[in-house]
Amino acid sequence: MMIDQSMRKRLFETVANRVIASADELTDLDRAIGDGDHGTNMRRGFEAVLAAADELSAKSFGDSLKGVGTTLVMKVGGASGPLYGTLFLSLGKSLADDVSSEQVAEALAAAIEAVKARGKSDVGQKTMLDVFHPVLAVLREGGEELPARLKAAARRAAQNTIPMRAIRGRASFLGERSIGHMDPGARSSALIVDAVADVMEGRA
Amino acid sequence: MSKNVGIVIVSHSADVARGTAMMVEQMVGREVPLGWCGGDPDGGLGTNVEAIMAAIDKAWSEKGVAILVDLGGAETNSEMAIEMLPEPRRSRVVVCNAPVVEGAVMAATEAASGATLDAVRRTAEELTPA
Repeated sequence: MMIDQSMRKRLFETVANRVIASADELTDLDRAIGDGDHGTNMRRGFEAVLAAADELSAKSFGDSLKGVGTTLVMKVGGASGPLYGTLFLSLGKSLADDVSSEQVAEALAAAIEAVKARGKSDVGQKTMLDVFHPVLAVLREGGEELPARLKAAARRAAQNTIPMRAIRGRASFLGERSIGHMDPGARSSALIVDAVADVMEGRA
Repeated sequence: MSKNVGIVIVSHSADVARGTAMMVEQMVGREVPLGWCGGDPDGGLGTNVEAIMAAIDKAWSEKGVAILVDLGGAETNSEMAIEMLPEPRRSRVVVCNAPVVEGAVMAATEAASGATLDAVRRTAEELTPA
C-alpha cells in the first residue's frame, strides 16, 4: 500500500480528531483509576499534531511518524507522552512510503518492544500494550477484511483490560481496586487503531 | 562550570519542585548546580520533557546530573528527556530511584562533597527500601 501525502494527512487528522473528540471519556476513565489527566494530556498532544498535520504529512511517511512522536513527547505532559511518542518514533524508524501489511506488522512489533522498554511494562498489566499486542496478532494473520478485524480486536482488547489488575503507573497504587475499570491507555490505543482502520477502509 | 554533580528536581507540581529546590539550597548551599521543573506544558499538574531538558541544561556539570522525580510520569518523561539529549551529555545523566524531597537533599549533600555521579545516585537510593 502506498501511503502518499494526502493519505498521511488523512491518517494524522483522523487519529487526532478521534482522540480529541474522546478526551472527556478518557479523562473519566482515568479519574477512576489514575490521576484523571489522560484525556486532557492526549487532547493537548493531538491538538498539536492536528495543527502540524500539513507540515508533518509533507515529509516522508517515516519522518512524519517520527514528527508525530516528537510532538507527542513534547506536548502531552504525562507518562502517555513518552509512551505514545516512543510508539510513533519507533514506527517511523522502519516504515517507508510504500508498505506491505507484513512490514507494518514488523514495525508494530518493534514499536511494542520499544514501548515495553520505555514503560518497563509487559502484556497483561492493564496498559496500552494489552491493545497493541492482540492487534499485532491480527495484523500478522492478514487476510480478508483486515481493517474490520483490527477494529474488533482493539475494541475487545480494551474491554479485556477491565478485569485486569494494574501493575504499572498510578493505577498500580490502587492494587485490587484497579480491577473493574477499563484502562484509559488501552481505550485511547483502541481509538487510534479504530481511526487508522477507518482510513484503511476509506471511511475517513 | 561546577566541579560538582548537578541535581535536577522533577515534580508534577511546580510548587513541590520549587519548594524542594529551596530546601536543597538552604541545607546544602549553592555550590551544587540545581535545576527544577514541575507542571505540564499548560501549567497544570504534570511533567514536561522540554522543561526537564531545560532544567538539565541549567544544572549541567561535566561530572553529570542526577535527577530526582516524584510519580510515574515524571520518571518516564525524565528518561525520555535524557534520551533526547545529544551525546556526550546523554550518558552523564541518571534518574535516581529515591523519594523526591529526601533524595534531592541527600544527593545534593553528597554532590557538594565532590562525589562522582555514581556515588551521588547511590546515596539518594539508600533511602529506598530494597
